[in-house]
This record gives sequence, C-alpha cells and structure tokens, in this order.
Amino acid sequence: MAKVRGAIVVDSAVCKGCALCVEACPAQVIQLSVELNAKGMNYAAMALPDACTGCANCAMVCPDSCITVYRVKI
Amino acid sequence: MTTNDIVKPENLVYAKTPVLSDAVMHYCPGCSHGVVHKLVAEVIEDLQIQEQTIGIAPVGCAVFAYNYLEIDWQEAAHGRAPALATAVKRLHPHKYVFTYQGDGDLAAIGTAETIHACNRGENIVIIFINNGIYGMTGGQMAPTTLEGMKASTCPSGRNHERDGFPLKMSDLLALLPGTCYVTRQSVHTPGNVRKAKKAITQAFNNQKAQKGTSVVEIVSSCNSGWKMSPVQANKWMEEHMFQQYPLGDLKNI
Repeated sequence: MAKVRGAIVVDSAVCKGCALCVEACPAQVIQLSVELNAKGMNYAAMALPDACTGCANCAMVCPDSCITVYRVKI
Repeated sequence: MTTNDIVKPENLVYAKTPVLSDAVMHYCPGCSHGVVHKLVAEVIEDLQIQEQTIGIAPVGCAVFAYNYLEIDWQEAAHGRAPALATAVKRLHPHKYVFTYQGDGDLAAIGTAETIHACNRGENIVIIFINNGIYGMTGGQMAPTTLEGMKASTCPSGRNHERDGFPLKMSDLLALLPGTCYVTRQSVHTPGNVRKAKKAITQAFNNQKAQKGTSVVEIVSSCNSGWKMSPVQANKWMEEHMFQQYPLGDLKNI
C-alpha cells in the first residue's frame, strides 16, 4: 500500500480557535497555537506535521473553512 | 519530506469552495452554521448551479447568510422563508430555490408557512438548523428545547407541564403528502458532515426532478447559548439531542 503524507495550511487570521479540527484529527496532528491572532484567538496549527495523512477530516468540520489540505503519495 | 514540499498546487485535496465568499463569518467559534453554509456551497459547486440558485435567508443567526454564499438571495421576514420561496420558485420554476432556517424561525413563528409550503408540495429545499434554542437573541427557550434543558427563559429547565413538549418538526413534515424527502443529519464529526452533504445533494436533485418539498434538518450545537466549549457542546448534543432527535431519513420517496 502506498504511503501518503499530508499537510494542512490554516488561514490563521480567519481561524477562531474552536478546536473542532483538533478533535476531528485521527492522528492528533493539530494543536491550538500558543500565539494569538488579531482576533485574540489561539489558532489551529500543525504540532505533529509528520503524522498528517491529508485525510481532510479537519477541513470537513471547520466551520470557518480556513483549512486547506494537501496530500502526496511517497 | 517537509511541509513545504507537500504544499504545492498539484497536491491539493481540499480547499474552500469559490461559492463561499471571502467574508469572515460572524458566527461564534465552533458554530454549526459555518459547516452547513460550506456544505450548501459545496453542493452548489458540485452540481454547477451557482448561477441558477436563489437562497432565502431567514431571521436568526443566519440572517447574514447572503454575505457568505455567492448566489442570489432574498431576505425573508421572520419565519416567512417558505412563503417567499414559494413565490420565487413559482416565478422562476427553472431556478433552484432553497430556504435556510433555524428552529426559532421554522418551528416557532414560521410553523404555519413551513407546514403549508410542505403540504402544497412546493418544489423547494428547506435546510433546517435545529439547535434547540433561540441562539441570536440570547438563548431563550424555543419549541425545540429539550425537556429539562436550561435556557435563559427557563433557567430551571424546560418542564412539559408548564412549557409543553419539544416539537419534532421533521416528524410532522414527513407525514405530509407534499414532502418527498425528510431527513435528519448532523455535522459534528467528519462522517456526519459527509452524510449531511449527501443529503443536501439529494434534496437539490429532488428539486431538479420536481418531486416536491425536501427537508434537511441538521441537529446543531449552539455552544454560546448552551454555555459550553465547542467540543463539549458537540458531546452534549450527541448525548442529549440525538435521543430526542434521532438521525436518519424519515421519508425518502
């Protein structure tokens, strides 16, 4: 079976830090950042980028559509 | 392989649909409205009907829906979205017309319009967001509030002797001969989001096939109104809301 690697890009200015993506990620890739965005929210960011498979579950549940997902077969 | 090697246009698997505008949604963090807006936009993109779709915006939290989807919109008076949708659909029978309503709009002030539009079998789609309270005005008790559930106008919890029973709108609408498809979905997990998208797609396809009224109820969370974090609110919804409002198709003909 081909191995896949994924990555997400979070629009940190739009993210409201609801953490639904953190809950939806099956590989615990996402954590809320310590830094705040202009809204004063801890935005989502990849904490374990190597574990991401690009399944897009996080982007599915994101209410603010601020996650873009990439995936590549290796 | 670094993140920069993966983030390239040829590896893109999921991005925001162009049917959604660039406006930042005014909803609270974790609100289900954002997910449902996205699903409606994605379905419109998939079916390639952006130019032919007319949405009817409600009164409630989703009152600014017209800012977020790049389609034609009409803004209805509180609860009157199905009546306005009837008019729009009859004047433009080849357009896709949908209403987007919350429970305070559809199940309270707009009960008559909803029931009669469904009973006439108007060829429209009704998207019904059921979070059990009036979210926009401060979390007051709605007809759909669960028994024992606390709201700002029933701080000790809803009591059926005083406040009546929770109204199962979709079950009522499924009894009417005019409806062709009545389903209850949720958007709190990736799997449920995919199912809800399928349901909305079917509802729009029913309209194309002129089958009658399609109602897609989305059991949603209102974490601000329920005074919980978004993740807690989704858990509470699973434990309590789904008992009263079980997910699945109520009618599919």
